[in-house]
Amino acid sequence: MESLTFRHTTQKPLSGTKAQAITGVVASGNLEILLERVLPPDAFEIAIETPIAGYGQVWEAVVADFVARAQPGGVRISINDGGARPDTVSLRLLQGARLLEA
Amino acid sequence: MAGPDRDCLSWFEASARQRLDALLDAGTFREAIGPAERRMSPHLPLFDLPCAFDDGIVVGSGALDGRTVFVAAQEGRFMGGAFGEVHGGKLVGMLRAAVEAKPEAVLLLFDTGGVRLQEANAGETAIAETMRAITEARAAGVPVIGLIGGRAGCYGGGGLIAGTCSRLAVSEGGRISVSGPEVIETNKGAEEFDSRDRALVWRTMGGKHRRLIGGADAFCDDTVAAFRAAALDLIGRAPAFDLAMLEAEQARLRARIDRFGDCRDATEIWARLGVNDPEAVPAMDTRAFEETVARVEEARHDAR
Amino acid sequence: MTLAEILTSLFPEGHAVTVADGLVAGDGPFDGGRMRVIGIDGDTPLGVEGALTLAGHVLEAVRAGDKAPILVAVDSDSQRMSRRDELLGLNECLAHLAKALLLADRHGHPTIGLLYGHSAAGAFIATALATRVLAALPGANPSVMDLPSVARVTKLPLEKLQEMAQSTPVFAPGLDNMLATGAVHAVLDPAAPLGPQIASLIADRPEGDVRDRLGRERGGRPVAEEIARLVAGRLRAG
Repeated sequence: MESLTFRHTTQKPLSGTKAQAITGVVASGNLEILLERVLPPDAFEIAIETPIAGYGQVWEAVVADFVARAQPGGVRISINDGGARPDTVSLRLLQGARLLEA
Repeated sequence: MAGPDRDCLSWFEASARQRLDALLDAGTFREAIGPAERRMSPHLPLFDLPCAFDDGIVVGSGALDGRTVFVAAQEGRFMGGAFGEVHGGKLVGMLRAAVEAKPEAVLLLFDTGGVRLQEANAGETAIAETMRAITEARAAGVPVIGLIGGRAGCYGGGGLIAGTCSRLAVSEGGRISVSGPEVIETNKGAEEFDSRDRALVWRTMGGKHRRLIGGADAFCDDTVAAFRAAALDLIGRAPAFDLAMLEAEQARLRARIDRFGDCRDATEIWARLGVNDPEAVPAMDTRAFEETVARVEEARHDAR
Repeated sequence: MTLAEILTSLFPEGHAVTVADGLVAGDGPFDGGRMRVIGIDGDTPLGVEGALTLAGHVLEAVRAGDKAPILVAVDSDSQRMSRRDELLGLNECLAHLAKALLLADRHGHPTIGLLYGHSAAGAFIATALATRVLAALPGANPSVMDLPSVARVTKLPLEKLQEMAQSTPVFAPGLDNMLATGAVHAVLDPAAPLGPQIASLIADRPEGDVRDRLGRERGGRPVAEEIARLVAGRLRAG
């Protein structure tokens, strides 16, 4: 297992007030995303546990793209990965953010 | 989710959380240990396997048509919904609470391949603890209703737990069995069981066969609405857990073996049960199948 | 110990326990009364007929109402793996046997499992694991799955699994690991008469299901008890 953590400063907090959301399932080619609104409004952090080592740069790029699009300030995301492809990761991250905004 | 969407949600396709969310009265579900608490398997990392925040089972309480129920839903896509230490501990804890708190029912949303091999001893023991706790809940007057229609089916120790419940509802996609098709084939050869023959799998272990021989008490369409209606109906007619019930079950199962013990295929059993066109059963829609079931005496009993 | 040796040690004055098709049934004088014995001998797999035969004996005991102890002696294979057994509802038959034992317990019959050989999977759950107290004799070999099969399924090298098995009782086969998990309560001394050892297990049998507590104390199941207690506590509180 490889553990990755990325931190970003965001321009604004994620909208909405929901404290927590979870989406996805840990299965082959899929992943589970837990979102918690526990950080200062301009902070974002994501912690990833993945069984597939050596893809840190890909994760970093996918996360940076998500941060730019969603501006998830105040949110901490935790991921249990089952070997998801980058497009699946992007999709789930945006799904998760929408759940928290709802 | 809005009402109609919730009701039409495919049970087979839905996740454990989606099933619970749509099954219970909107907004009533309260999870006993949420994913944010991160009570994950202490053992899977040793095998270099990813954990799930809920260890593949969601347990808690909620309301079903206004009645308080305790629930557990297995996630069949995580490790095949298999029983590990945390997974089992959550289920056992919920059932033990039911013995004292006496909710109007316990609902078990099965979706499991059986014991998780990486935690086999813990999983096996948890299954035994679960069965004991179910009989205690039943003896305390709490109906324990199993709902079976997930992609992992209900195999191994899951099949034994199902057999311990007061009542079972199953869909076409639900399968109930102890040894899975692959296990039988691996141990006894493809002549005994060809696991690639999906029609054979459904005929032998699937929801329709179980319903016809009395191995399940309700047959549902693959929707949350159908499972909800079945659960409500079954809660109202749960058998007692006592000597009279077990003697009736002994007689029922003995009669089944006497009558069908020489059958090689489910279609032979269905013919003996009086089904006019056994070959047509797998393709029957729910309504036609219900009409067929209504004429089969073995499908109606209080002996479970 | 063989079944014959066990029965001789348990019933020095003689007994009426017989074995047919690998199924054990009968009784013998015990502690001023009778003890019933059911079980599986000779590494026999448990199928639909066997499960119902054993359940029939247990229900007969409950009907008799004598509250006599029931010993479940087990040297079995796993459940019988066949198309026919599954077609006939093996899950119902095995669950029925376990329910019969759990009912007998509720009706005041002390139920004691005695593992003296192999046992696995569905047969283990339906018999030994459905008793209030499970004892074992040295040399007993319970397993969920043997290590070579675990290696096949998990795609891990056998050598690595053997190494892990030394420090991680939660997955490895064998009596020591089942003891650590809390599934087996005690190991008996084969050199001493079994009757008094069983009698003291009956006298000291726990009120409820303590297997998760034993698992924590012995280190084989470190978190199950805590998780179960946490869930139960929160649900009771509403």
